[in-house]
Amino acid sequence: MRQNPTEKGAASTQLTGQALREHWVTDSPFDPQSIAAISADQEKYYFASQWQLIWWRFKRHRLALICGIFLFLMYASILISEFMAPYALPTRHTDFIYSPPQPVHLIHEGEFVGPFVYGWDYQLNMTKLLREYSEDRSQVYPLEFFCKGDPYQLLGIWDGDSHLFCAPEGATLFILGTDRLGRDMLSRITYGARVSLTIGLIGIIVSFTLGIIIGGLAGYYGGWLDSVVQRITEVIQSFPQLPLWMALSAILPVTWSPLWVFFGITLILAMLDWTGLARAVRSKLLALREEDYCLAAQLMGARPRRIIGRHLLPGLFSHLIASATLSIPAMILGETALSFLGLGLRPPITSWGVLLNEAQNINVVAIYPWLMFPVVPVIIIILAFNFFGDGLRDAADPY
Amino acid sequence: MARYILNRLLLMIPTLIIISFIIFVIIQLPPGDYLESYISELESQGESIDPLQIKMLRQQYGLDEPFLMQYLTWSTGMLHGDFGYSFEYGLPVSDVVGDRLFLTTIISIFTIIFTWLVAFPIGMYSATHKYSWSDYSLTFLGFLGLATPNFLLALVMLYFANVTFGTSIGGLMDAEYINQPWSWNKVKSVLEHLWIPVVVIGTSGTAGMIRRLRANLLDELHKPYVVTARAKGVPPFRLLVKYPLRVALNFFIADIGNMLPSIISGAEIVAVVMSLPTTGPILIAALQSQDMYLAGSFLMFLALLTVIGVLISDLALALLDPRIRLYGEAR
Repeated sequence: MRQNPTEKGAASTQLTGQALREHWVTDSPFDPQSIAAISADQEKYYFASQWQLIWWRFKRHRLALICGIFLFLMYASILISEFMAPYALPTRHTDFIYSPPQPVHLIHEGEFVGPFVYGWDYQLNMTKLLREYSEDRSQVYPLEFFCKGDPYQLLGIWDGDSHLFCAPEGATLFILGTDRLGRDMLSRITYGARVSLTIGLIGIIVSFTLGIIIGGLAGYYGGWLDSVVQRITEVIQSFPQLPLWMALSAILPVTWSPLWVFFGITLILAMLDWTGLARAVRSKLLALREEDYCLAAQLMGARPRRIIGRHLLPGLFSHLIASATLSIPAMILGETALSFLGLGLRPPITSWGVLLNEAQNINVVAIYPWLMFPVVPVIIIILAFNFFGDGLRDAADPY
Repeated sequence: MARYILNRLLLMIPTLIIISFIIFVIIQLPPGDYLESYISELESQGESIDPLQIKMLRQQYGLDEPFLMQYLTWSTGMLHGDFGYSFEYGLPVSDVVGDRLFLTTIISIFTIIFTWLVAFPIGMYSATHKYSWSDYSLTFLGFLGLATPNFLLALVMLYFANVTFGTSIGGLMDAEYINQPWSWNKVKSVLEHLWIPVVVIGTSGTAGMIRRLRANLLDELHKPYVVTARAKGVPPFRLLVKYPLRVALNFFIADIGNMLPSIISGAEIVAVVMSLPTTGPILIAALQSQDMYLAGSFLMFLALLTVIGVLISDLALALLDPRIRLYGEAR
């Protein structure tokens, strides 16, 4: 026991003080707490809140952390979509219909110019009946940053006309090509992110609330309520989701305004998604309600709402958030699939699914493959959500 | 065992009743009915209809009766094999459904087999080579398959199949075999077209299954019996196949129940893209034109397919795994 000479020394002096006169005794005052004392690092660990611990564990997942930051940036960017997109949403370039992606160069004739585009020429190929585009290498248009472009209303409130980057006067900038009406794909994808990303977020909020309330009641009360909820979730989970979504979205009246259709679709996606969360909440609550602190709360006369909300839910909240994160991708994919089929959002609204609806034709794959670009952000976002959610789930239980 | 099967069959009845009720509520929800949209369509073309005739039609199909009566007629009719009448096709629903449901079933079964064939070796490899580069890249590939919307994959595959193999675009067989009786050549033509939807629908399921198989195997690989066997000198591959894989096999069968809903969902949307003669396209059309009995019966069939699939997987599991308790509720 080398680490606590104080205690040992003190004890032996008391017992055999006379017999061992030469025995070494330390001069430092006796501290009975010396074993229990912990280092500053340990103290930080033991006194950290649950969220602090989760954060420390989460930080160790490098990939999940990167994905989390990426998702945060994406969600932040939809607040300023108008600024990020090079063109406004309704802008049409009637001279450049079905233009393929226009390359951005850095070096012109061996000289570094910075990002620039060449002039973009259009000819109609009468033999193939195709529009053909080519670069005019004599004209060099360096891209402008923080420049004035199409006017817009930021979030429908503030007027503005500055963009992150745009083409100079007389040049065009179609980094991802244009569609059948000559609208810039990059701008449309940027605007589409707004709808596609929020639909997952709003949907998850709705299904989260439903799942917590229904699962919470079933788990806390048990009995017949529990068996009814169990049956219903089993039925919903055993049913193929997409046909049910299709059936529900066929209900939405055609006369509804795009905004209402958006909320309707969100609600439909959420209505079939709450079952997984409800099951998780229920099974956890079944165990937690037997804990002593729950009994204590009951004896003190707390009402069920307070017990569930105040004492039981915080114990499993981190799990819930992790599993909610993992079910956002399903919603985004669901919206994409529904809109692709023409049963979801409709054209005045721009979402990734609506954009992909135009890529429905096999001709598109053969002749205008750049119309399929909206699938790239879909894949990236869903991958990011999956990795992020995986990391969260691992970190959710730090004890 | 017989008692267990009986129990499971009895349990199906309330499930199916709930499902049929939910489906009926959903197909009844849109305002108006098929006849109303039919009348307005005729009127827009300048034709007029005898209101008496409309009234007769309404009476014939019971569209004026209260909601619960309609549900009872529909659901009891299904028990006799009478699935109602498709207004759009002017045929009994069972005549419209027939072949299409058969093809949907075929595609689902093939997809499950495909998923197994791919997920099995990859999952085994991933688990035994944990945290190697190949494991990471296979995992990433799996995630990629999970994240790609399969309708787009279907489109791209269709194009490349056409360019490289010359497979005709769309449909499940070459045009000359449509409406022909089944023959060897027709079967061959179907098989030639079948692999694209099967691969496309299978990708997302495969990814999930690889992940789960890997996790399951990893759990098993650390158990003492594996260490014992290795210490006794069993070669690694034989050991893997002989013990941990057998445990994981049960989970494969149990997983059918999880896979089926997503496979059928995938089959629907892929069918629309590739215009396969399965339930997908007709279901959408029926939903949009409020051809309610047709839509309802389709949804019911799909649900039935899932419920039966889950039942089969449960029974197979009970047969294969002696640890599954057949009787009694939770301990």
